[in-house]
Amino acid sequence: MERKTLVYDKAIVAYAKDRPEVIAMSADLSGGCEVRGFLDNYPDRFYSLGIAEQNMHSFAGGMAMEGFVPFIHTFAVFIYRRSLDMVHMSIAHPNSKVRLVGSVPGITSPAGATHQAIDDIGVMRTVPNMTIIECGDATDVESFFEMSDSIDGPIYVRVLRGELPVLFNTPMQLNKSRQLSDGDDIVILSSGVCTEEAIRAVDSLKKAGVSVHHRHVTCLKPFEDVELMNAIKKSKNGVITMENHNVLGGLGSIVADKMAEEGIGKKLYKIGINDEYMHGGSKLYLMKRYGLDAISLIKKVEVALNKTLNITEDMLAAFHFELENEETRSLGV
Amino acid sequence: MERKNLDPYKVAAGIRRRVLEQALRSGGCNISQACSGSEILATLYTRAMNITDVEAPFDPVYFPGPPTATNKGITGAKYNGERRPDLDRFYLSPSQYSVVLYATLAATGRLTEEGFTKFGEDGYVIEHIGEAHSPGLDINGGSLGQALGMSAGIAMARKLKGETGRNIVLLGDGECQLGMTWEVIQAMCLKKLNNMVVIVDQNRQQCDGKMTFVCDMEHTLRNRFEAFGCEVYEVDGHNCEVLEAIINQAPNKDGKPRVILAQTNATYQVPPLLDKGHRIHYVRINPDEVEKYQALIENFKEMEK
Repeated sequence: MERKTLVYDKAIVAYAKDRPEVIAMSADLSGGCEVRGFLDNYPDRFYSLGIAEQNMHSFAGGMAMEGFVPFIHTFAVFIYRRSLDMVHMSIAHPNSKVRLVGSVPGITSPAGATHQAIDDIGVMRTVPNMTIIECGDATDVESFFEMSDSIDGPIYVRVLRGELPVLFNTPMQLNKSRQLSDGDDIVILSSGVCTEEAIRAVDSLKKAGVSVHHRHVTCLKPFEDVELMNAIKKSKNGVITMENHNVLGGLGSIVADKMAEEGIGKKLYKIGINDEYMHGGSKLYLMKRYGLDAISLIKKVEVALNKTLNITEDMLAAFHFELENEETRSLGV
Repeated sequence: MERKNLDPYKVAAGIRRRVLEQALRSGGCNISQACSGSEILATLYTRAMNITDVEAPFDPVYFPGPPTATNKGITGAKYNGERRPDLDRFYLSPSQYSVVLYATLAATGRLTEEGFTKFGEDGYVIEHIGEAHSPGLDINGGSLGQALGMSAGIAMARKLKGETGRNIVLLGDGECQLGMTWEVIQAMCLKKLNNMVVIVDQNRQQCDGKMTFVCDMEHTLRNRFEAFGCEVYEVDGHNCEVLEAIINQAPNKDGKPRVILAQTNATYQVPPLLDKGHRIHYVRINPDEVEKYQALIENFKEMEK
């Protein structure tokens, strides 16, 4: 599988080239968020105002009022928790074109609870005017920029850093998830880094004779995805959501809301961080300890289908997704 | 190990030696923080703080989960000895210094040597970014500014309870860019928390590089702290005698909290860092540099004797 590095950095540098209104800001985490290329290429358009997220938000909101398009960068955890009131009043209320770029969300942060955004999607969902995007591979990160042009309001985007797989060959779209597999025994909806794990699991599930409808969800708000909801309607054994986020408030809750609104009486199984604080460690360790890996998904499918599939760890395709690389390892932690 | 017999300079060399050894084990580490902060921590743990020794060094445990209704959780406070009204407390605000604190605990007989080598190992509480459960800590730093605020609350509570122990905080100079920090300083002065000593490791470095490059405000610090109403000292942060003397002066009679701007050097005693450019928040060691660092480690071993 193809792997890419410094994906975000290269993409924002290319995007900003002929868009002088695009500015970038970072609260002392330009390396950790992979935005040093922007600083090197467009130093006059890069604003480093110290470790001061609250001001970064309001300052960006002010520049957006005057026609600039600020991309503001810090770890996902600091972009919403540290400065939520500023997200609301300085950015979302005026419906400003500010792009809030959250790096190393959830288990992708090697540091502990202080650095792990586990409820960012749930919190941002309740911010009026906010569009929410989550990237799961290099293509998602690259195609975010063009797509963002169509949104005349704030966007919160969860990005990935380090070495990213190329899972998709089509750009992300607003309000439209990608179908990765078709079937009707069970629907699996995955987002972010969970999708690569889900792909591994689905591969084994198919070999075991399970008919799986698998979709990768990038757009979490708005969430008007007709194909996705139709797949759930057709599923014989309900739907499983899998996300690098608290099981409360994120993808699972979004899908639950939609199912209830549309009167779909199917069972919903949620895989995610089970409403608890984690601690620091490698992504692989956290994935296993908190049940966000391929085997956990297979176990959940067994519960949904009420049968044993006899799939073991060694039968799964090799683990690939390594978030740290030489350029970004431990930067900003 | 009795702390009163420990020479802070030897302990400081031992801290740097352990951090460099860890850097070689893991290919990199927060070395610059060990350069700037070792004398400060060594002074605190050998001379300045009124804390008790531990009977035997502790081993870091496997993470038992965060505190919940059914799991009380653990803290790393026991590494700092007994908890008594008359004893001092230590709080680390920038948890990016965790490895330096762990090395200090190992160098002062509070953490086992083997336990120190578990630094960053999956599953253990001795994480790269320490939290309330990590050795030597009992509140969360790292989300910058918050440990200072909690320390002020603790200092207030202890004052109300008539406790005489002091509350000593290590703060990063980059943290002084946060609005939160100044909200706390305001509260500390308002409430006359002269049972607090805040030591700012003024190494002029932050994650994105030199502070002059990231957000130049260093030169305003002394005036800012004074204007808020603190008792401010600017001292050589590598001079253990001076640090000890200032930390241990009698509490300010007008209730002013003490702020010590410790002037430090982020490459102190580790000259190879000078070749690393100005971004040395986390320093990686390339294979061709290993020998240089091994030689430094041997130097530090000599200094520890």
